[in-house]
Amino acid sequence: MHRSSFGQPNTGSSRRAVLRGLGGAAVLGAGIPLLSACGGSSSSAGDSKTVTLGSNSSDAVPKKAFAEIYAAFTKKTGTKVDVNTKDHNTFQEQINSYLQGTPDDVFTWFAGYRMQFFAAKNLASPIDDVWTKIGGNFPDAMQKLSKGADGKYYFVPLYTYPWALFYRKSVFQEKGYQVPTTWDQLVALCKQMKKDGMVPIAFGDKDAWPAMGTFDQINFRLNGYDFHVELMAGKAAWTDAKVKAVFDHWAELLPYHQDGFMGRTWQDAAQTLVSKKAGMYLLGTFVAQQFTNKADLDDLDFFAFPEINSAYGQDTVEAPTDGFMLSKSPKNHAAAVKLLEYLGTPEAEQIYLKADSSVVAASSKADTSSYTALQKKAYSMISGAKSLTQFMDRDSRPDFTSTVMQPGLQKFLQNPKGVDSLLSSIERQKKQIFAS
Amino acid sequence: MTSETTTESPEAADVPPSGPAPEKKRVPQGHGRLLTRRDRFTLALMAGVPTILHVALVWVTALASIALAFTTWDGIGFDAIKWVGLDNFTQLFSDNPQFWPAVEHNIIWFVALILIPTPMGLFLALQLDKNIRFSRVYQTAYFLPVVVSLAVTGFVWQLVYNPDTGLINSIIGANTPGHYIDWIGDPDLNLWAVLVAASWRHTGYMMILYLAGLKGVDPSLREASALDGANEWQTFKNVVFPTLRPTNTVVLVVTIIEALRAFDLVFVFNKGAQGTELLSILITNNIIGESSRIGYGSAIAVVLLVISLAVIIPYLIATFRKERRA
Repeated sequence: MHRSSFGQPNTGSSRRAVLRGLGGAAVLGAGIPLLSACGGSSSSAGDSKTVTLGSNSSDAVPKKAFAEIYAAFTKKTGTKVDVNTKDHNTFQEQINSYLQGTPDDVFTWFAGYRMQFFAAKNLASPIDDVWTKIGGNFPDAMQKLSKGADGKYYFVPLYTYPWALFYRKSVFQEKGYQVPTTWDQLVALCKQMKKDGMVPIAFGDKDAWPAMGTFDQINFRLNGYDFHVELMAGKAAWTDAKVKAVFDHWAELLPYHQDGFMGRTWQDAAQTLVSKKAGMYLLGTFVAQQFTNKADLDDLDFFAFPEINSAYGQDTVEAPTDGFMLSKSPKNHAAAVKLLEYLGTPEAEQIYLKADSSVVAASSKADTSSYTALQKKAYSMISGAKSLTQFMDRDSRPDFTSTVMQPGLQKFLQNPKGVDSLLSSIERQKKQIFAS
Repeated sequence: MTSETTTESPEAADVPPSGPAPEKKRVPQGHGRLLTRRDRFTLALMAGVPTILHVALVWVTALASIALAFTTWDGIGFDAIKWVGLDNFTQLFSDNPQFWPAVEHNIIWFVALILIPTPMGLFLALQLDKNIRFSRVYQTAYFLPVVVSLAVTGFVWQLVYNPDTGLINSIIGANTPGHYIDWIGDPDLNLWAVLVAASWRHTGYMMILYLAGLKGVDPSLREASALDGANEWQTFKNVVFPTLRPTNTVVLVVTIIEALRAFDLVFVFNKGAQGTELLSILITNNIIGESSRIGYGSAIAVVLLVISLAVIIPYLIATFRKERRA
């Protein structure tokens, strides 16, 4: 009675045979792309020619840019890159369980403490062998950023972007403002802008991280890079007079910040700079994304946060860097290393920058001729820096910054006079978190 | 159903065994002898699977969470769990600047929901119960916010409250420098702003509960009180409201639950920034994310659990006592 789909009279056992055949065909089908991928290169046979990569670049522009890099890599080496893209925030929130489970061979991540944390937990593999090949492509500051606490390399940087004070060239020209290079000049400029009926410094802290950027700038201008590192690593005390001085400076500048900032997103704050209502805005170069009109974008410029302490001048630049790491036990180690080597070349970086012009290449060898004026300036600012910081939440423990510093800084912004009790509260909580 | 089986049982005992399973006859009185092996297997499956799921997903996880509250753990590898005794709780009670405000806000949340949207819902239900015209339309309109996801509600309201482009500030002109009303950020304002949104939703919820309760009120009671010469208010106060007692209990429990699990609205609104801290948000902030503080977050969760139990246990005791008496 039974008839198989092939139209032949059938019994139970031969039906099983058909199923077996179908299973075999499925295996073959899965094998075909692998085989065809093998054709391109002549390297060790039998080695699977696919490397998996977990990516957090879920936005359309970076996603496409990354896809172009991987395509170029496949073309060059014949190894296929199997990309597993997750939503940016979800990726960050799940990173713990992701890395402990069966992570992809290579994954996107951030330089700084957040990279070193997973390196120290043995959730990432050292890649010193990669760096023997790509080391020459990067300036010293980038090399320093890519090392774990044990001195081994764990990270391949791809791009970076600086934080600075952004302003409109036309506004400064029209009103005769000068770019401030010292703290006193900055305060004087703020006063002048306020008198001229402008918002001196645009500000929005609804997302709680922009305030960290302001703290970082004042802190390393006033106390230097080394203190920033010690403070972020939980070694220096938050009750230190040096930290108090940072908040005193900040409180001096606070009256010149745009009010109503607690409920404002950075995008809305950027709009006040777009509409020329605000004079300056301290943010990363990604602020340029809000300048959708070409004329406005060409009018946008930035300068480094002014000098506060002459001992440190403007030697430190906050330049968060994104890149790649190798997971703890990659299935295809050889191909993953090859991919990381490729990602560390100026070639890969240029492919990325073609698509996303709000960042600059991490490599000092990348071709800068196609850079926009903003990119050129960002590039020279970063390459001229003595030290690079990442950002408070990348240089310190994320649990400390998200549960203590974000609400803490918001509290300061609401009530600048309560600094002393705030700082001792932060210090107590810091000790508890860093002790665990 | 029960009468059917009881009529069957003597019959089954009288008739000599025609099929297999003669040992069943030896089983003395009780339910056991009524069940075939297949019945027992089905019963075990139907009661067992939910029990296993319940134990695994509710009890094991709850107990694990309580155990974790006395440890510190970053979520990476089980060997990283360290026993710290009561440290998490002492830190929570004495050093966490967000903990007590969060407890306070949860309580305010409950009190506000009981005082404003609940009477509002009752009022609306009374009006709709009078079979006025377009009653269905009103009912739908008021109930709609309950159907909409709280995350969406939060998103819509934060657009209304946006300091620069929001509806309120634009209308009253409070979006110019020096005149800002920061509905979302100002710690003196934002809890009330978000409670307006919560009440807007809760009113519809309460209305539906009371409407269902009112449908169960015997119309002859109203008639009787009308004949006795009571006016509308007296009828409501002395006749209708007392008969709504079971509904009121449900309303109370639902509102307590709503107040304790308040989360999504605030999280979308301003992520629980100063002024709107809630226990649920503190738990999330400490547990979710990279290098999480699972022990500490669990300690907050245990506090929330204790508060829930303190509220629910007296309710359950009262209910059971009533049932036993009945």
